[in-house]
Amino acid sequence: MTIKTSNMTKIIIIAKRELQAYFDSLMAYILLILFLGFSGFFTWIYGNNIFFIKQATLMPFFSIAYWTLFFFIPALTMRLISEENRMGTMELLLTKPVTIWQIIMGKYLASLTLLLVALLLTLPYVVSLSMIGNIDGGQIFSGYFALVLFSSMMIGIGLFTSSIGQNQIVSYLLALFIGIFFQIIFQMIGQNMFGITGYILDYLSTSSHFESMARGVIDTRDIIFFVGITFLTLVFTETLLIKRRTA
Amino acid sequence: MDIIVENLVKRYGTQVAVDDISFKVKTGEVLGFLGPNGAGKTTTMKAITTFLIPDSGNIWVGNNSIKNNPEKITSHIGYLPESNPLYEDMPVIDYLRFVGNIHGITKSNMYDSLAEVIVTCGLEAEKHKNISELSKGYKQRVGLAQALIHNPEVLILDEPTTGLDPNQIVEIRDLIRKIGREKTVILSSHILAEVEATCDRILIINKGKIVADGTTDDLRRKAQGANTLHVKIESGDVNNIYNNLKNIDGATMVDILDANTNRFSIDFVSNHNKGADVFKMCVSNNYILTELTPVETKLEDIFKEFTSN
Repeated sequence: MTIKTSNMTKIIIIAKRELQAYFDSLMAYILLILFLGFSGFFTWIYGNNIFFIKQATLMPFFSIAYWTLFFFIPALTMRLISEENRMGTMELLLTKPVTIWQIIMGKYLASLTLLLVALLLTLPYVVSLSMIGNIDGGQIFSGYFALVLFSSMMIGIGLFTSSIGQNQIVSYLLALFIGIFFQIIFQMIGQNMFGITGYILDYLSTSSHFESMARGVIDTRDIIFFVGITFLTLVFTETLLIKRRTA
Repeated sequence: MDIIVENLVKRYGTQVAVDDISFKVKTGEVLGFLGPNGAGKTTTMKAITTFLIPDSGNIWVGNNSIKNNPEKITSHIGYLPESNPLYEDMPVIDYLRFVGNIHGITKSNMYDSLAEVIVTCGLEAEKHKNISELSKGYKQRVGLAQALIHNPEVLILDEPTTGLDPNQIVEIRDLIRKIGREKTVILSSHILAEVEATCDRILIINKGKIVADGTTDDLRRKAQGANTLHVKIESGDVNNIYNNLKNIDGATMVDILDANTNRFSIDFVSNHNKGADVFKMCVSNNYILTELTPVETKLEDIFKEFTSN
């Protein structure tokens, strides 16, 4: 009766259900509207917007999106595992032919897909900008790539904090707490340190990686940073869930 | 598919939930798990479903063990947890399809599988409703449906009939018995009548240990008071009858239940030919025997006896 299905099929089944849940619970629409509203407002209308700096660059968008995503992604991921822990549905999933890693990857993929949709919806910005000035295609690609990598890292952190307990709010705040170290604190401490510790702390700070990519410089060290943190947080999530099983 | 549990031990902190349990369930057998709250029933079931990893011991389901290939075990098991967790925000049919997909049911088989469990579990009218809108009984049916969707070889049901109405309970019992003919079923319950009605074999556990194992008849025989007779003898003096009854070979204790109507309760040593001796005694004393009832020990009494200290 049971037919062997590949790893990827299982991941996609989980991801599809999560995406469906995002759209059914209106979470997806709220996120998309808020993200587009926020980033659009500060890119085109208010503050250091494109008309103010008088350059055909999406730098204002990238820097505002960078912070908007920092606050939005934990809201997106906080439910993913804590809710399963609270409702007991994790028990149901884990007694089906699906591994913890497949579940985590499915949830990760669902969030990333939603984020990609959000970023795709900002493509009209690029089109508009190309009509009013000469844009640097490479830089814009690099900036978007940086946003995707940063989102991926935040999803990883969010999934990890979501797996810690049963409370969504706790997991949201915890994700912000961990995130703020990468955003600001590592850099602050790193600036006052010398030698290897200072170098490591500086490397751990997201902003330096993000800013150089947003300026159009794609460096493998930056990619390794984001991909590495994502991978580590996902592995930590798996470890936590396995530990819960033996407890 | 046989289930073999070998020396299972599971501790929560310092508390031992399951203490060195071993048993075997054969294909075509319905095993009932009985025990007071916190006896270790659910823990044992969770270990069989591979959800909980035991501290020591092993479990075999068919040729797969929870240590070597737990994933293969999960594809053969249908499991209904005690709390019956469900994705409440999903419509019934979408949820069942999701579970079916996880089990790798192909698109061409999906329609038949869905139709079958929906009919079996009586969910036709509710299949497009959101699970959160359903009553407790209907949620329980959805839980059962998701356990059955992939036609599993082994069914593990943790208190399957909670929240169901009496008609549904009868239907589910019939269903379990039907499934139990070809498959291996383990179910736990607090309702003793239910276990008696559905199970071929009963396992009573208390404080993490197996205290009784056997069919209901086996357990009755093992339990004390299994050889009790109630007799009513008309004519004759109560004291004389009492003495005569006491003198019957093998009678261990005689109680007067009602002195006015001459009703007595007699305990015998086991396997004694009790009825015949009482009858012969009455004949030789010219007593008129109007009642001779063997007293069946109820499952409740057996349960009480095995689980109280």
